[in-house]
Parts: sequence; structure tokens; C-alpha cells
Amino acid sequence: MIDFVRNRRTYFILAGALVVLSVIGMLASYAVYGQLLRVGIDFKGGSLFSIRFTTDVSEETIREAFAAEGYSGTIVQQLGDPTDYSWQIRTSFATTDQVNAVLARLDESTVAVDRGNSVVDTVEASVGAEVARSAAQAVGVAALVVLAFIWFSFRRIPNPLRYGVASVVAMLINVIVAMGFYALMGFLQGWEADALFLTAILTVIGFSVQDIIVVFDRIRENIPRHRGEPFSLIVNRSIMETLHRSLATQLNAMFVMIAILLFGGDTLKPFIAVMLVGMLSETFTSMFVAVHIVGLWEERGRLRPARAS
Amino acid sequence: MNKKTIISLVLVLVLAALASYLVVPSEHPEWLKRLLAWQPESARSLDFRLGLDLQGGLQVLMVADVSDQQALTAETMRAAAQIVEGRVNGLGLSEPVVQVQGTRRIIVELPGIADPEQAIDTIRDTALLEFVEPPAGAGDAALEPGRVVSTTYGLVEGGVVPPGTYTTVLIGDALDSAFSTIDDTSGQPMVIVRFKAADTQRFYEYTLNNIGRPLCMVLDKTILSCPTIRDAIPDGEAQISGGFTSEGAQQLAIQLRYGALPVPLKIESYRAIGPSLGALSVEKSIRAGVVGLVVVFLFMLIYYRLNGLAADLALALYVLLNLLFYKLLPVTMTLPGIAGFLLSAGMAVDANILVFERMKEELRHGRSLQRGAEAGFSRAWTSVRDSNLATLLTCAILWFFGNAFAASLVKGFALTLALGTLINMFTALVVTRTFVRLALGLLGEERLRRYPWLLGI
Repeated sequence: MIDFVRNRRTYFILAGALVVLSVIGMLASYAVYGQLLRVGIDFKGGSLFSIRFTTDVSEETIREAFAAEGYSGTIVQQLGDPTDYSWQIRTSFATTDQVNAVLARLDESTVAVDRGNSVVDTVEASVGAEVARSAAQAVGVAALVVLAFIWFSFRRIPNPLRYGVASVVAMLINVIVAMGFYALMGFLQGWEADALFLTAILTVIGFSVQDIIVVFDRIRENIPRHRGEPFSLIVNRSIMETLHRSLATQLNAMFVMIAILLFGGDTLKPFIAVMLVGMLSETFTSMFVAVHIVGLWEERGRLRPARAS
Repeated sequence: MNKKTIISLVLVLVLAALASYLVVPSEHPEWLKRLLAWQPESARSLDFRLGLDLQGGLQVLMVADVSDQQALTAETMRAAAQIVEGRVNGLGLSEPVVQVQGTRRIIVELPGIADPEQAIDTIRDTALLEFVEPPAGAGDAALEPGRVVSTTYGLVEGGVVPPGTYTTVLIGDALDSAFSTIDDTSGQPMVIVRFKAADTQRFYEYTLNNIGRPLCMVLDKTILSCPTIRDAIPDGEAQISGGFTSEGAQQLAIQLRYGALPVPLKIESYRAIGPSLGALSVEKSIRAGVVGLVVVFLFMLIYYRLNGLAADLALALYVLLNLLFYKLLPVTMTLPGIAGFLLSAGMAVDANILVFERMKEELRHGRSLQRGAEAGFSRAWTSVRDSNLATLLTCAILWFFGNAFAASLVKGFALTLALGTLINMFTALVVTRTFVRLALGLLGEERLRRYPWLLGI
């Protein structure tokens, strides 16, 4: 049997390192962009033109068309393969009339705007702020629900709250790692957090609970079965017994995600990628962090009365 | 093999056959569609419904454009949504959606629209109608139709009113109906305006005190017409006549009728998706889904052998049942929705894996195959239940978040993931168990013992 409990310190250090790296990534993003993550128009408002042209168009032409309609600080980026002629242009909030004016001018100067393959997205700043606020609320509520749910599920074994707290700690690590990854991709690929990013984060939270529960459930079952065994041995046994299941399940989920990453459209790429990273982190934290937090806590708790007697 | 197994096998097969018949695209008889009583009568169908991101179209989010202090009742918003819907229906689209979101927003979704500009103009035309009193001492120029004016409506109460502001007497929701007709006596076209009973008294008092003065009808702060009040109007029915062509009268009546929004609306966000983009996304998603699922099928088969085959059959039924529910409920398919479905299919085998790992353990402890299998299913249940509940809770949070902001993409993902989790509880436990029992019964304990590789032990 592999001794997972003895290597506990290594896992904690590894988890700590991941968190520190992620936080550094977010701080770097804050230093450069003024945001922990580059946020998209869903959260901060603005307009996003994803325009497909039928022929090659220069960045300068696009910029000029926007400037002519009064948009000077536009960010113009080419998307995907250069032969796709796909461009993304970010501007401040444009009303429907302004959008139409810009598109008309662009079509005039390039004669190559493929409206059927273009998307225009525009959000007013006030909605964005509201969405951002309730996104934070949603993550907060999710954390509380996880805590309450695990506390309730494990109410029959000693110290159920410890299991809840350990789960929330693991969950937060996963969320931070996923955010750190996204901050990094903000530098590398210009990814911006949108409503789907939040969806991915909340899904990671859900899945991380799912994995933790399976291990905890086994501990719950093994406590009465192996009465008298030290808690660390019960923990180790439970990890061993659930290892196969966790790996097999994660593998299947990853098959699907990797297939979507490879063959699905570009739209979903950031969404699936951040979910994949969250899931990797979650596999690690559920087996190697959450369980050991409970283990450490239980051992401390047991030592104290022993010393008193 | 006992009777129970055979019965549930037959039920599973019947369900599979029924689901395949309904899911596979073909001409379904009309009476079948008529059975879908929970779907709106006009749109009962057994087709997949594609969201905006898959078939292109326009999504517009509008917000009540009034100061935050002004209270808005749910009824006001519903009435406004109804009027917008009336306008949108005029565009002749197949499945437009107009819904109130939260307390002050209305979402409009127009799938498959070819001309988003025209649609936006149509929606925006649903302007605010006001009956206003011109400022004191205003000349004829102030009454000219087409003139843009400012009114007191929407201003914070008790605040400073700038000079030249027109005083709002009544707004559009006081209007019961408006129609054009021909005056019996003069033969001239005219417009009849009828006020709601609740506002009749107010209109009477106002007209009584202002005989001989003009009262302007203003649509979206633009003057439509400024008839002069000739008499006090006690019954809430006013005639506007003089100088109309019959088209002019008709147009004014339509503007009064459809422009009768109870609250002004402002476009807050919108998304226009080109129609060709969606087809490509659908194609790519299907390819990704097929590849992903085939790998999952193979993995289960190679890793769990006979059990894996049972799980694969259950997974196939899982996919069928999900698609069936998407058609029946119906669920509007979006790109994230498809991702949620695929992901849930990948996770669906989790319950099976829990059971099979448990089974292997029991067998290693020397139990018979039969008892090992049963113990595997019953012992794994608490884990399966708790972990699926956790996913359902997450979906609920996602749904509420998505609902507040018309983030239909988030909602689509939450819905398909939740539906998948529920269906999975059935297929992974009931269906897989039936197939596993069947295999054990057909092959027998002895034979399986001789070929342990069949179970992957």
C-alpha cells in the first residue's frame, strides 16, 4: 500500500506552490491590465465585434473604419488562422445605431464584411457591473452550499464540520488555480473572463465536491469497520480504495473535454480549457489535500485529550 | 435469472425502442405531436430547438429607462413585454421569445432573423406614449407634429423642472384602445381613443378644466398630434378629428395602440449572431461529441470488459433519453448546452465506475459473483446519491445566476447538466444492473469464474 499520509507534507507544499503561482499570475495581470483577470464585456460593458471578411483585410483598414466613426482606442486582433480572415475588435459601448454605422463604413472600405459569419456583442457598463457583483455572490453561495451540504451529509460521524471546511479549502484552491490559469492565458492568448468562465468555475466547484464526497464517504464507511485503527491508516485505506474510481472517472471526463478542445469550435475553447484545468486541480486536491486536512485536524484533536490524561 | 430481471429488461428495451423512434429525425404523425400538451399549442413539435448561437439571430436585453426610485410593478413589466411581443410577432419569425427578466428587464430573442437592423428598429419603435400639456404661452410651433420635446415623465419628483418642459397628464397605459374610423356626420376620417375606466375620471377632470387648450400626444418624446379640447369628456372616449387623411388616421391609431408602452425601454445589451456561423458550430460540436463519446465507450469496454459492455449499453440509452427530453420538454440547444450534455455523458459513467470498482473489491474478498454484484450496486449508492446531489445543487445556483441576467448560455449549460445527472441516476443504476444481472444469468457463475478476464479482475 502506498503511504499517502506520510507524503502529506509534499502534497501541501505542492498545493501551496500552485496557489502562489496562480496568485502571482493574477497580480501580474493586475499590474498590467488593472484587473486580476482580464474581464470581458459581460462583466465590464463595451462592444465586441467578431467579424469575418471574405478576403484579406489589413488591421489598418479596420482601425481606420472604427476611428472614422469616433472609436479611437479600439483593440484589433486577428483570430485563428490568417486565411480565416476573422478579426475581433473591442470598443467602448456602442449603441445599435453606432454599430450599424461602423459596420456600414467597414463594408464600404473593405467590401468584404461577411455578415452571416459575424457576431456583434454589446453590453452597457451598468449591466456588466451588476453581472460581476452577482457572479461574486454566486461563487460565495456555492461555497456556503458546499459547506452546508457536506456538514449535513456527514453529520453522523465525529466532527462533520471539519469535512466541510476541508472541502471548502480544497474548492478555493481549485478556483484560485483555475483563475490563475485564466490570468496566464490572458497574457498569452488575450482570453477574457465572460459569463461562461463563471459557469466553468461553478462547475469545477460542483465536480470537486463530487470527488471529495466519494473519498469522505469511504472514510465514513471505514471508521466503524476498522475501529481502533489510527485515523491516518483509515485515511490511507480510503484513498487507496477510491483511487481507481477517481482516476477512471476523471479520465472519461477528460476524454470528452479534450475532444471538444480539439474538434469543437473556437467559441468554447476557453470555457472547456479552464474547466479541464479546474478538473485536474480538483482531482489532486480531493485526493491529496482535502483528505489530509481532515486527517491532520483529527490527529491534533485526538492528541490533546491524550496529553491531558 | 429471475422474473424481475426479465421484466426490467423488457421495459428497458421498450423504452430504448420508443426513445429511438422519437429521437431519430423522421416524419412523426400529427396525433403524436398533439400529445405534447405541456408545450404551447402553436409550437408543438418533435424537432430539436436550436438556440441563437446555433442558428444565428438576435438577442436584445432592454431595461426600464426610469430612475431607480420609480417603483415598477411586475404587472407593468408584463404589460410592456406583451406589447413588445405584439411588435415582434409582426416580423413573422417562427419562435420569437419575449420574457421579463428580473424586475426591470425584458429579453427578446429572435432566432434565425436575417436582418437584425430592421428587427431592432421594430422593437425600438415600441415607444412611450404620453398625453402632455404644452408649456404655458407656447406658440403654434410648439404644437407641430414631429417636434421633439421634453416632458415631466420620468423626472425625479419634486426636482427642478426646466422651462419649456411639457407636463405629462397621462401615459400610454391609461389607454384602453385606439382605432380609426369615419365620422358619420362629416364623412371625415378620425381617430377614437378610449381610456381605461380607472383613468376616465382623471381625464374628465383634466378636459373640464382645460377646454379650448391643446392636448398633445407624444410618442417617444416626439409630438404625434395636438388636438384642441373642445368639450369635457366624461365617458373616457375621445374623438380626434380634423385634417386627417384616412391613412393618417390609421397610422395615428396604430401608433397610439402599439406605442402604448407603460414604461420607456432602453436597449442595454444585444448580440447579433450571423446565421451561417451556427451551422458550422453544430457540425463541429457533433464531431467533437462523437469522438469524445467513442473514446469513453472504448475505455469502459477495455477497462471493465463485460461490465463495461453493460455500462456502454446503459450509456447509449443515456444519450438517447437525454436527446428525447431535449425534444419533449423542449430544451433549447446552445453551444454550452451541448458541452454540458457531452460532459455529463463523460461523467455519467462515474456511477458505473463506482459500482464496478466496488464489485471488484467484493469479489476479491471472496464473495460469489452474484452477491458481489449486488453488494457493488447497493454499497455504491450513497456515494452516487451524494455526489449527484452536489452536481444538482451547482446547477441550481448556475440556473438562478443565468436567469437574473438573461445569460441563456449559462442557463442552457445548467439545464442540460442537471437533466443529464437525473437521467444518469436511472441509467447507471437501474439499466446497468439489469444488463449485469442478465450477463451473470446467461453466462453463469461457473463459466465466468473460468474466464476472469471477462470481468477485468
